[in-house]
Amino acid sequence: MKVRVSVSLKNGVLDPQGRAIQHSLEGLGFGGVKDVRAGRLIELEVDESVSDADLDEMCKKLLANMVIENYRIERVAA
Amino acid sequence: MAFRSAVITFPGSNCDRDMADALEKVSGQAPHRVWHGDADLPEGLDFIALPGGFSYGDYLRCGAIASRSPVMQAVIAAANRGVPVLGVCNGFQVLTESGLLPGALLRNSGIRFVCRDAPLMVENAQSLFTAGYAQGERISFPVAHHDGNYYADAETLDRLEGEGRVALRYAEDLNGSARRIAGVLNAAGNVLGMMPHPERAIEPEQGGSDGRRLFESALRGLVGA
Repeated sequence: MKVRVSVSLKNGVLDPQGRAIQHSLEGLGFGGVKDVRAGRLIELEVDESVSDADLDEMCKKLLANMVIENYRIERVAA
Repeated sequence: MAFRSAVITFPGSNCDRDMADALEKVSGQAPHRVWHGDADLPEGLDFIALPGGFSYGDYLRCGAIASRSPVMQAVIAAANRGVPVLGVCNGFQVLTESGLLPGALLRNSGIRFVCRDAPLMVENAQSLFTAGYAQGERISFPVAHHDGNYYADAETLDRLEGEGRVALRYAEDLNGSARRIAGVLNAAGNVLGMMPHPERAIEPEQGGSDGRRLFESALRGLVGA
């Protein structure tokens, strides 16, 4: 089964990369982009036996840094 | 007298030899070199150094993979027993990722890699690592990093300041660090993480020798040299 973990910076944590992307979009002439936040997408292929609690532990222990990041776990139908 | 130190090398560490050289020059004794996959540290260590570099290619987050390596479990246990641990640059990132120090190191606010001499202020001259400096003294260490922008929430920052755990502060804004924090101590004072490189400022030939006193302070504090 495929699991998608989206990791994003918490609100209030400055995101210089997002800001650079925003400036670059402006430079390309795209208007109306008010804010850009860059995150990370991690896809896992896991056995059915891997529980939601296991996935939660994986996020807390490694995939996300809970000081600065939030995560969202999504099981994707194969 | 004996001064038993260790320098940990992760895949991608690149300041480990500089760190070992600095420790040997100051203490007269070559440190143990410990590989990331080792589950155990040498017995009876007086000092552990986590060097700079790009451990595991900075994959996932700087220091994240290294902080979960086998040897780090031993380093964390040693730190919790009171063994002094110095983390420089990537070593600082490993320390925050491991939870030994609060906060996190984000991408520099100006996006660019910063490589220059950094003017610093000694904010706490009473720690094991900084006792050889004067309170408020201006010193200069090289910095070379892309992710040195220290972040912690306001409450944590207030606590760090209140407890004298901000050891070093940049004299000017260098990378966007909260309150210009350059180096942080743990609550017990035996763990210091810092982005600037004291091991690159040991002898005048390196462009400055302000870093030497950091190692001398630790040596004096530990073995009364």
